[in-house]
Amino acid sequence: MPPQAPASLWRRLARALVLLAFALGVPGWVTTASGDEMRFPAPTFTNGYKLPETTVPEPTSQTQQWIDVGVLVAALSLASWLAIRKRTRKGVFALMMFSLIYFGFIKQGCVCPIGAIQNVTLSLFDSNYAVPMTVLVFFITPLAFALFFGRVFCASVCALGAIQDLVILKPINLPRKLTIGLSMIPYAYLGVAILFAATNTGFVICRYDPFIGFFRLSGNAPYLYLGAGFLLAGMFIARPYCRFFCPYGVLLGFMSRFARWHLSITPSECVNCRLCEKSCPFDYVEKPNVGLARENRAVGVQRLGYLFVMLPCLIVLGGWVGHRLSVPMSRYNHAVMVAENLLMEKANPGMTPSLETTTFRTQGTPEEKLMAEARLVRSRMNAGGWLLGGLLGLVFGTKLIGVSISRTRKDYEVDKTHCFSCARCCPYCPSDAIHKGNFVPGNPADDGALALAKQQGTTPEAIAKGKSS
Amino acid sequence: MPAPESKTNTLTRLEFIRQGFGRLAALSLGVIGGLAAFGTRKKNTVWQIDPMKCTQCGKCATECVLTPSAVKCVQSYPICGYCRLCFGYFQPNAPELTSAAENQLCPTGAIERKFIEDPYWEYNIKEDACIGCSKCVKACEMFGNASFYLQVRHDICVNCNDCSIARQCPSDAWVRLPASDPYLLKHQLHPKTQLRMDLPEWTKQKS
Repeated sequence: MPPQAPASLWRRLARALVLLAFALGVPGWVTTASGDEMRFPAPTFTNGYKLPETTVPEPTSQTQQWIDVGVLVAALSLASWLAIRKRTRKGVFALMMFSLIYFGFIKQGCVCPIGAIQNVTLSLFDSNYAVPMTVLVFFITPLAFALFFGRVFCASVCALGAIQDLVILKPINLPRKLTIGLSMIPYAYLGVAILFAATNTGFVICRYDPFIGFFRLSGNAPYLYLGAGFLLAGMFIARPYCRFFCPYGVLLGFMSRFARWHLSITPSECVNCRLCEKSCPFDYVEKPNVGLARENRAVGVQRLGYLFVMLPCLIVLGGWVGHRLSVPMSRYNHAVMVAENLLMEKANPGMTPSLETTTFRTQGTPEEKLMAEARLVRSRMNAGGWLLGGLLGLVFGTKLIGVSISRTRKDYEVDKTHCFSCARCCPYCPSDAIHKGNFVPGNPADDGALALAKQQGTTPEAIAKGKSS
Repeated sequence: MPAPESKTNTLTRLEFIRQGFGRLAALSLGVIGGLAAFGTRKKNTVWQIDPMKCTQCGKCATECVLTPSAVKCVQSYPICGYCRLCFGYFQPNAPELTSAAENQLCPTGAIERKFIEDPYWEYNIKEDACIGCSKCVKACEMFGNASFYLQVRHDICVNCNDCSIARQCPSDAWVRLPASDPYLLKHQLHPKTQLRMDLPEWTKQKS
């Protein structure tokens, strides 16, 4: 117990007065602390006391961030090699677990390329903000890999994908109409995220990241419930966030559909054995359509005609909806929200002022400045709303047209735009190297298969080596 | 044979178009990357609270994604008056001026009181106990020298892209600072001991 100075009568009286003033909340006798004078003069110590320093713990070092970039590039290279050259699900799975632990639980989900969309957008629109080089590299690298090797990022490197991949229990096939409808969400989400980042309103992707709470082992209850909901749904609808929400997936899809070396189901030649048909929990195996009854050409052409007429209508409709939504959307912006509250409080003087308006008034910023900023955000949101809505209309129309045109497909192929390159389908293919060792000479069933193969001019070894007859 | 030839031609055209779009995708990636790279300062930014704007609304304690918050109270020793009756330390109607829990303003007892010499006492923040509720900050600002203030502690902060406190801050006090200089120390900003007000303009923008 440190020694207590004896309190004289005067001190006690003074203390009682001060406490009374404090308790009543009337600090009339004090001047404001932000003035030039300090209320209590700095003490002069006689015992040689030295002022302690305020500690300033350092944030994560730049070196650490470049190490993360290195790990990302190494993981992407390894993922491409495992999925395309080695075709091994086990390898991809092991890499996925590593990424879940490293990028998920150790790095706690930050930096991630999905959120980096917003940093890049903000740096393009706001000259005051500069995107850190490491974040930019995080954004670009998976896209560049997708352009050459497909979406290897999704299956092997993305921590959000990994946590969902682990809970896949009994995936069900969703009806096609539903998946086409649901696959519009990522476009809308991407558009809103870009619009919000560009108008400096907020980073919605990070805000509604459903899994970050698990990676940090802490978070606000609603978001933890959201994440738990995604994982529960993910037991039956495989990777629901990746397929129907992920905005970065849209960008990856743009790249991976042109991928030069993409994972393929068969290493050599498809024999239409149908073994891979059910191997994909995401429904990204596309079946051959030769030999199916073709629809009447006139009907198809007429439908296509209707769709082409509908396309501009969809664009205009989408733009109009976006324009209508721009006002509610702009309320998420701080300046617009404060400005609206101010105007509302002016209109009804009886209203209790909100915390934001009270603070704004005490700060002494001219009201015109706030109103001008709010108007600017409004007008940008409006223009962005038209543009975003129009683009969504275009995407939807194009999707409908794409569905109504059928291209001849002879073999089982992966949907290059959406395939995560998880290599689940690879071991199903009888041409895969994994089956090479399954032919046991002397076994009647295998001998029969061998004879059949020879009759067709193929040998299992040749198939396994990836050479077609 | 005319039929197969025309088929080959169609395939080539499709392939050609695909290639064109592929190159377009690569080009757009390069353009976006280049434009964004043009603006990079190769400097990382972190969140911080401008203590001159902070109004001690208490949201730092409740809105952070971490529990307890990464925002803590810090003590500015050059500004502190070393008062025996510290308004940040004692409850307004404290029964006694001792360190007993019922006398303290801090809900978690995170302020440590140390006798230096009569009548001066040193006040330290125990950061693992501080929840960033800013009760002491408010009291010190109202009645004392305002030496207590809130700062984001960067050994704890995970530097979210979309800081959920910054989004809720009513006084727009959250700024992005270069990671090399991540604190706004009050004794360097205080009008009386003004040493540094030369922050670049872009760090003052809330983004």
